[in-house]
Amino acid sequence: MSAHQPVGGKIITRPFMVLSVLFMIAAAILLARFVLGLGPVTNLNDGYPWGIWIVIDVMIGTAFGCAGYSVALLVYLLNKGEYHPLVRPAMMAGLFGYGLAGMAVMIDLGRYWNFWTLLWPGYMQFNSVMLEVALCVMAYIVVLAIEFSPAFLEKFGLKDIHKKLNKVLFFFIAVGILLPTMHQSSLGTLAVVAGHQISALWQTQLLPPLFLISAVLMGYALVPFESILASMGLKRPMETPLLAKISYVALIVTLIYLAIRVGDLLWRGALGLAFTGSLDALMFWIEMALFIVPVVLLMKPANRIKARTIFISAASLLVAGSLYRLNIYIIGYHPTAGGSWSYFPSVTEMLVTLGIFSLEVILYLIFVKRLPVLHHAPTA
Amino acid sequence: MSDYFDEVLTDLDEYIDNLGGVSRREFMKFCTGVAATMGLASTAGLKMAEAASNPQRPPVIWLSAQECTGCTESLLRASHPTLDQLILNAISLDYHETLCAGAGHQAEAHRLLSMKQNFGKYVLVVDGSIPTKDGGIYCKVANKTSLQHLTEAAAGAAAIIAIGSCASWGGVPSTGPNPTGAVGVSEIIKDKPIVNIPGCPPNPYNFLSTVLYFLTFGSLPELDSKSRPKFAYNRLIHENCERRPHFDAGRFAIQFGDEGHRQGWCLYKLGCKGPETYANCPAILFGDVGSGSWPVGTGHPCFGCTEQGVGFTKGIHELSDVRTQTPPDQYPGINENIGTGATTAAAAVAAGLGGIALGAGAVIASRLGKEDDKNAAEERKEQESPS
Repeated sequence: MSAHQPVGGKIITRPFMVLSVLFMIAAAILLARFVLGLGPVTNLNDGYPWGIWIVIDVMIGTAFGCAGYSVALLVYLLNKGEYHPLVRPAMMAGLFGYGLAGMAVMIDLGRYWNFWTLLWPGYMQFNSVMLEVALCVMAYIVVLAIEFSPAFLEKFGLKDIHKKLNKVLFFFIAVGILLPTMHQSSLGTLAVVAGHQISALWQTQLLPPLFLISAVLMGYALVPFESILASMGLKRPMETPLLAKISYVALIVTLIYLAIRVGDLLWRGALGLAFTGSLDALMFWIEMALFIVPVVLLMKPANRIKARTIFISAASLLVAGSLYRLNIYIIGYHPTAGGSWSYFPSVTEMLVTLGIFSLEVILYLIFVKRLPVLHHAPTA
Repeated sequence: MSDYFDEVLTDLDEYIDNLGGVSRREFMKFCTGVAATMGLASTAGLKMAEAASNPQRPPVIWLSAQECTGCTESLLRASHPTLDQLILNAISLDYHETLCAGAGHQAEAHRLLSMKQNFGKYVLVVDGSIPTKDGGIYCKVANKTSLQHLTEAAAGAAAIIAIGSCASWGGVPSTGPNPTGAVGVSEIIKDKPIVNIPGCPPNPYNFLSTVLYFLTFGSLPELDSKSRPKFAYNRLIHENCERRPHFDAGRFAIQFGDEGHRQGWCLYKLGCKGPETYANCPAILFGDVGSGSWPVGTGHPCFGCTEQGVGFTKGIHELSDVRTQTPPDQYPGINENIGTGATTAAAAVAAGLGGIALGAGAVIASRLGKEDDKNAAEERKEQESPS
């Protein structure tokens, strides 16, 4: 028998209802978006063609979705079998993160009906970073679905298919490690392409590795974050010892990230901009603080076994990685030197993003309650 | 490509003197360049090279009527090829009042001889308008009116090229009240193919390309309804203008030297005729000196010199008729939304969501803290109690 079990319990609970209402609101706004176009619903303009639908739903959403990638790195690449209980929930987080990011892209495309040209070789422009990201993300969604499919196969007792799948699953696992390595760094390349429009506090040739590493550390942060919330919300025992270990991994990756990030700032001589008293500088310090706080907290081994420290550090890293992306693509992004363009998300934009996140939690609740996702809980 | 040329045109080395000291490579580059300008295949460049280096150079008779010699001056400033390459090697310029070595009766005799010997084969180029009033007495050379010269020369011409706005439709001499009754070549000669290369002066490359096309293919390039070669005159200046986005965005210079003018905005409101004038000026520029080297590029409105009924007819600062009001889809629209910043509601929602997230985090952290304390206490108890 599998070590994974459905949690069970009622699907329709009070949080489920609240989240459903939020999702319905988003759906209504999206209906307006598809009837009236992007203009009436969003605050997007030619200066800021990318708003929070791209930066939060796609850039940050897929970075959260890197949980699957990060855990796969640990379990399959470094062969740390002890983390195996985390694989399936992490893959599911990845599937949701990426699946909904794909949906968000469709919503944000001005001429979404031309979407099919992306898949038509005659229309492909092979020097385009955007093409790489798009194809890679689409492929990865399929791979994640295959990697997660054992949960379905177990649920519906399709043992034959499961056996056959197990024989070839290694291939999909390998591809599932390759693809995010490619497109998470390419999301950084997209910002490199924006050149001087992005403040020198963030603009660097090292954006691709920084994006990749920060996505990995966000993946390692999401695992304890999600696990603790699930334990509290679904009244399950904490997996604290395992989470303590993965927090340590997150700490190491964060230290590597910070070394490159700060080293790059010093080497380019861009750190002076952080003392200019601008909004950019303020946001830069908040972002850095959010990266440094977990480092300080997790450095002390005694702290690493405390659920509270693990949670605060994980949450802080998730916000830090998110703010890093927001800073690059919206706050530190200045389309013209004169600065005549401005962007702040409209209420409707924010409600759609909220609705998409609500959908993610709704799906999470349904999946863990009905499918064997979470590791078999030891009787406590 | 150069190897191919080497193989086919081996004897070109012998032409080195004939090419006026120009290397074979440069000559090939020029011919291919001209072919590309006209949108022809690169092999057409080869044919042009063959045609232009043919020892049987086609004879050209160049007549000047009521003109300012600006067209010739413009040609003198072409660098690929230079005019001397053209007239010494590509064509046999048998008569040109500004450029011929001989003078007086000698020059006239040579012209008549050439016209007789090459009857039906020579290319006739005309610059300047033809006065028709009072028997055309307002412009005479060798005691003959321009009208007579033109009629005589046209009889034996294979094709006629009217260079400049004057020869094309009358140009500046024909502007009201038109005291000399000036008209263009096509008003007088009705039975010959005529190409108009209007412009004041025209871009020399539009002329040179037309000549080389004729030398190569023995026919004239495709012409528009005003007999202008389509390769040069099929697009409005407005369509290719580097300032077009300013027009579409509603950014106009209102006075010379004002903020918009200094910013390089659209000159439409200063009377630019780009929106109703067909020419390739913004695409191929003038003088071979790089970007911005055309009137609009230097900050002066186009005055429509290539367009009959616009140049020399409309006032310089008169607004033009915009032929294509609607910008193409891919151009930025007028009054682009530049964003309003945060509205109160949006800021409130953002702050609210942030607050809820922060609050929830704090509550969870505090609950986890209590659990941690409880666990720690239990552990201590377990250690203390003898087991």
